[in-house]
Amino acid sequence: MSHTPEGLLPASAAAAMAPPPAAKGKRSLQQRRARAAWLLVAPALILLFAVAGWPLLRTLFYSFTNAAMDTPEEYNFVGFANYLDFADGDSFGVLADPLWWQAVGNTLWFTACSVSLELFFGMLLALLMNEKFRGQGLVRAAILVPWAIPTIVTAKMWGWMFHDQYGVINDLLLRVGLIETPLAWIAEPTLSMWAVVIADVWKTVPFMALMLLAALQMIPSDLYEAARVDGATAWQRFRRITLPLIMPAMIVALIFRVMDALRVFDLIYVLTSNSEATISISGYAREQMVSFQEMGVGSAASVLVFMMVAGIAACFLWINRFSHEGKETRE
Amino acid sequence: MAQLTLEKLNKRYGDAAQVIKAIDLQVNSGEFVVIVGPSGCGKSTLLRMIAGLEDISGGNMYIDGTRVNDDTPSERGIGMVFQSYALYPHMSVYENMAFGLQLAKLPKDEIARRVEESARILQLEPLLQRRPKDLSGGQRQRVAIGRAIAREPKLFLFDEPLSNLDAALRVQMRMEIAALHRRLKSTIIYVTHDQVEAMTLAQRIVVLNRGNVEQVGTPLELYDHPANEFVAQFIGSPKMNLLPGTLVSAGDTESVVRLWHGKQLTVPIATPASAEGTKVKLGIRPEHIEWGTVADAPYLADVLFVEHMGNETYHYLDSGNLGEPWVVRNSRRSDIAAGETVGYSLPPEHCHLFDETGKAFARRATGNGAGRVPGIDAPPITFAEPMRTNVVH
Repeated sequence: MSHTPEGLLPASAAAAMAPPPAAKGKRSLQQRRARAAWLLVAPALILLFAVAGWPLLRTLFYSFTNAAMDTPEEYNFVGFANYLDFADGDSFGVLADPLWWQAVGNTLWFTACSVSLELFFGMLLALLMNEKFRGQGLVRAAILVPWAIPTIVTAKMWGWMFHDQYGVINDLLLRVGLIETPLAWIAEPTLSMWAVVIADVWKTVPFMALMLLAALQMIPSDLYEAARVDGATAWQRFRRITLPLIMPAMIVALIFRVMDALRVFDLIYVLTSNSEATISISGYAREQMVSFQEMGVGSAASVLVFMMVAGIAACFLWINRFSHEGKETRE
Repeated sequence: MAQLTLEKLNKRYGDAAQVIKAIDLQVNSGEFVVIVGPSGCGKSTLLRMIAGLEDISGGNMYIDGTRVNDDTPSERGIGMVFQSYALYPHMSVYENMAFGLQLAKLPKDEIARRVEESARILQLEPLLQRRPKDLSGGQRQRVAIGRAIAREPKLFLFDEPLSNLDAALRVQMRMEIAALHRRLKSTIIYVTHDQVEAMTLAQRIVVLNRGNVEQVGTPLELYDHPANEFVAQFIGSPKMNLLPGTLVSAGDTESVVRLWHGKQLTVPIATPASAEGTKVKLGIRPEHIEWGTVADAPYLADVLFVEHMGNETYHYLDSGNLGEPWVVRNSRRSDIAAGETVGYSLPPEHCHLFDETGKAFARRATGNGAGRVPGIDAPPITFAEPMRTNVVH
């Protein structure tokens, strides 16, 4: 447009061209593309702000107040008191609450256990499904069933299976002879977290398996053949060819699963209700907010949950990028 | 360097048809053998069986006299170059070439020596630290070859290595592979569907069709004395013309054929008396048909269309069989246009004769030596000094 010969356009129009949106003449292709792109993205951005950004800001806002759940419009600012406060030589707030730290410990333990078990079993299933066999399609569809079942249903189902008197798990273990008296899976604090982990692994292994399967199928089979010609054993092929090549997809799957696991609430809440032995950080926030009607404290806990999840996700991404850069510089 | 012997080698998948049918083949030490055939003929399966990537359903395979049916690829000591190159994308060129040597637990300095030696032969030194994705097609191909060389295999296997390259690069890599063979003097088995590659590279060609060996021989043997219609039409481009006819009189040195339009032709081909009166096909290559004037020439045909290649011209003649015109190839420009009627003759010394089953009768005229290239009156081309080619030194 800047090449338009003088005289072809009125001076006013030429002047108006400088700020692109006001231009009367034809916009450049790039400008029109950018405009179309913004228009197309706008609904998603607005929706995202409405359902995620705004609640987040409100939560952040309330975390600095002493509002109660039933009268959220009556509040006073209390600064960081909901997070941590010292008075009369004692400390208060979420960060001073032993139950919060118990919840943090529970959540991290749950996340570490369930995600690593999911990775292990998901990998096994993915490798199995990657092989050609009769009924492969059926297995791939069937394996999705646990993932498709709503979490509440999963929790109830496993709750009955873990039932100390009538549960199928105790019955099986008794018959096999592994235990002599029924175990109180849900009530016993040392067992209840395992019950939660087992139910969660059962539910989410399909997700992990399918993510890994998709990555496995991207690897051309002749790489394995080349490796066989090079004399690699099955384990060496997995370790030196498969694993490095599915690593990017695996990291993404792990990020998804870790973030999900850190936010765990429904499974634990339905399976073990209010047990302190299994309470997660989300469960803690709910307890403060709903059970104790402490909107301010609950909001503070929610903000901490958000910061923890976001922080761990950021670490993951950073490690991933760092490891890539490390490889590039090593070359 | 090793000798490979295949003895009644066959392959079947479950109850399905046999894809490789009792193949006997001997590849001598240092020999460059090309297995060629149309897609689906089983040539890649055969190569993969030799490599140890496919199980052998029956028969025996020996390398240097040792039966290797049940050995893994690395135990057989083969090096293989894949059509897709199959380079490990997450490893550098060096690591790609060193991978097999590391797995074999060779000492580090020996690995470095072998990789550097292979890189030097293939002029890959500047690329050793690059990833495969940063290489061009030809460079990837060279790395794939380098990876095979570094293993110092007894047997090199190439599976259609040039089919992913563009035409110019294919010619260049062809010369490099030929030079490499001269230099390493290794035993090479090379699979391709491209008869030009087979003709230019092979010391011996194995023509494979539907899991059967149709013929084994040197490139010119296959060109001059194809054992059957399939080989005759597969080797040479454009393919050999087949003209229908009947054997009128058989003989040990000469036979008389009555062609489809009633005219008779005497050809120097031996036929048994039992074949007299049977249907035969007369084969003649596009470059051997000679033009004549419409008045004098024994045969006339309508020209369907003409293709000018620049250095040569293809004329497609109406064979009376739509979709299968006969081709005449001239090594000079032609002013014959589509729609014209032309006269031509079939020089008997260039004719082939096939029986009803497609099997060739023995030709008495040997090769092309005596024959003239039609249309060229110029003296044969000679070079004042040997041509210099910039291939691997």
